[in-house]
Amino acid sequence: MGRTLAEKVWSEHVVRSAPGEPDLLFIDLHLIHEVTSPQAFEGLRLAGRSVRRPDLTLATEDHNVPTLDIDKPIADPVSRTQVETLRKNAVEFGVRLHSLGDVEQGIVHIIGPQLGLTQPGMTIVCGDSHTSTHGAFGAIAFGIGTSEVEHVLATQTLMQAKPKTMAVTVNGALPEGVTAKDLVLTLIAHAGTGGGQGYIVEYRGSAIEALSMEARMTICNMSIEWGAKAGLIAPDQTTFDYIEGRPNAPKGRDWDQALEHWKTLVTDDDATFDEEIVLDAGKMTPFVTWGTNPGQGVPLGSNVPAPADFADEGDRVAAENALQYMGLEAGTPMRDIEVDTVFVGSCTNGRIEDLRLAAEIIKGRKVADNTRLLVVPGSVRVRLQAEEEGLDIIFKEAGGEWRNAGCSMCLGMNPDQLAVGERSASTSNRNFEGRQGKGGRTHLVSIPVAAATAVTGHLSSPSDLPALV
Amino acid sequence: MDKFSSHTGTALPLRRSNVDTDQIIPAVYLKRVTRTGFEDGLFGAWRDDPDFIINKPEYAGVSILVAGPDFGTGSSREHAVWALVDYGFKVILSSRFADIFRGNSGKAGLLSVQVDQAVIEQLWSAAEADPTTEVTVDLEAREVRAGELVAPFDIDDYTRWRLLEGLDDIGITLSHDEDIASHEATRPSWKPATL
Repeated sequence: MGRTLAEKVWSEHVVRSAPGEPDLLFIDLHLIHEVTSPQAFEGLRLAGRSVRRPDLTLATEDHNVPTLDIDKPIADPVSRTQVETLRKNAVEFGVRLHSLGDVEQGIVHIIGPQLGLTQPGMTIVCGDSHTSTHGAFGAIAFGIGTSEVEHVLATQTLMQAKPKTMAVTVNGALPEGVTAKDLVLTLIAHAGTGGGQGYIVEYRGSAIEALSMEARMTICNMSIEWGAKAGLIAPDQTTFDYIEGRPNAPKGRDWDQALEHWKTLVTDDDATFDEEIVLDAGKMTPFVTWGTNPGQGVPLGSNVPAPADFADEGDRVAAENALQYMGLEAGTPMRDIEVDTVFVGSCTNGRIEDLRLAAEIIKGRKVADNTRLLVVPGSVRVRLQAEEEGLDIIFKEAGGEWRNAGCSMCLGMNPDQLAVGERSASTSNRNFEGRQGKGGRTHLVSIPVAAATAVTGHLSSPSDLPALV
Repeated sequence: MDKFSSHTGTALPLRRSNVDTDQIIPAVYLKRVTRTGFEDGLFGAWRDDPDFIINKPEYAGVSILVAGPDFGTGSSREHAVWALVDYGFKVILSSRFADIFRGNSGKAGLLSVQVDQAVIEQLWSAAEADPTTEVTVDLEAREVRAGELVAPFDIDDYTRWRLLEGLDDIGITLSHDEDIASHEATRPSWKPATL
């Protein structure tokens, strides 16, 4: 019987398999950042262990780092200690680190693909749930906790029970102005935050095949928001073209051998999935969240739902709590919701293609009074590329703020936070209570909706903007 | 890790679904480099509210959290488990856990037990009617017991064995060092390296 892509990649990495035990999987790439690693390194130190494969390990500073005044010491002493701890650990254990100020620094899930380290058929882990991003290349990539970070550092393996497989087949083509972000928000609202639990999901179908690598990363990035263990997409010419020539991509004969193998990484025609979801891309529209989990979303053109709209008692209570936290009245048109801050960035939507699309919409327009536009590139390379193309000028001339690279307001571990009661339209991945700052209210949106919202000051799509003369 | 066989204690009924790890411990509390001391961040955004159930004096000393479905979604932060453990919780009960949270909890000796929502509802009612209700979570017998209620729960044999024995995963894996080395020897040379 045929095998799915996930089953092929999984079996290539099984170091040891025994009945009644989880498989022991080899890990091809271990990404590290400052927040979830200090206790793991400390564990190694206490046990007198070393990092087994520093050559398969890469660290960066992203969660805590400021996006202003990066040439000065980090102002928050606790953040500074955490970043300095990573620097000391990297030296002590011989791990490559891209520190603040380094041209390769950036959000961990942006720099892996950018360097060409993320390749098809790999196993990739990181102490960060958005590691699923790397699945866009046909890799099995997932987030782990700090104890598992320590386990991978010490052994370059992980014990994992083999997940079930699910196909998400998206047929048709996305309409003009509807993006991968709208697609994945639509899927999460359809499946619920626990819908993918226990599955490795393969996204497939004509709408997925048509996406760029950046857009595929946006989809895989949010796999965790509906509970999936990992999400992946079969590698194809789009994938190979993206990787070729990058600093850590295979070269010469190695490239030929790699390519030959990568082309086998597809789900066989006669393979079966444990579960399948089928969606029609042609019916999708700009999609935004109204509540406090990523499954609480609706089309931009509709209204804030009422708790009574939900059949399930738990969903009804969750909706009541969410409306109260979000300060929203049921029945309000989503487009009438006024926004204080627009955040463009994060591992979901902080790549160069995202910034180009935002700039294209903002160009020649002004950010609304009483609205703040914060643009945070996902990496230093993305920032430099954007500046070379003059995108920073477009944002700044419109009245937006152009910042340095990092996770920034996606989770507000640095000074980029919402104030109590402040409302954002955010291109990031989580609208949890307090995620972007205590008492802050988040609407998850696509890049076009974020850019249009910055101009009007209320949730909007580019079609709401008056034509430029 | 300490061995876990059975635990009896009083329960905190948390009637909420989708309690994500940002709710269990907000990101601002994640900046410590130690493995302990996270109890002050537990349910950080809700702790200021005197009506939040954990603040009610009748629930002081609880060690079993009875939560709604989809507990521990979101971020992979193991700090969420550490905050619960540091506060004094030994067991979390829910009808559905996020995978990463459930995996993390086992590493810190916190038992995440998945039971039907009907069992959760019964435990909520019991702990609300009488906060001194004793709940027993018996890993040996794979059973939750409270008064008349006896509910079985599923847990895979391997995870149960590790918790019962209090075993350290790294130690187990390092005993398979030869398997790891032979796998390493067969990896294609074109696979990327960071150094």
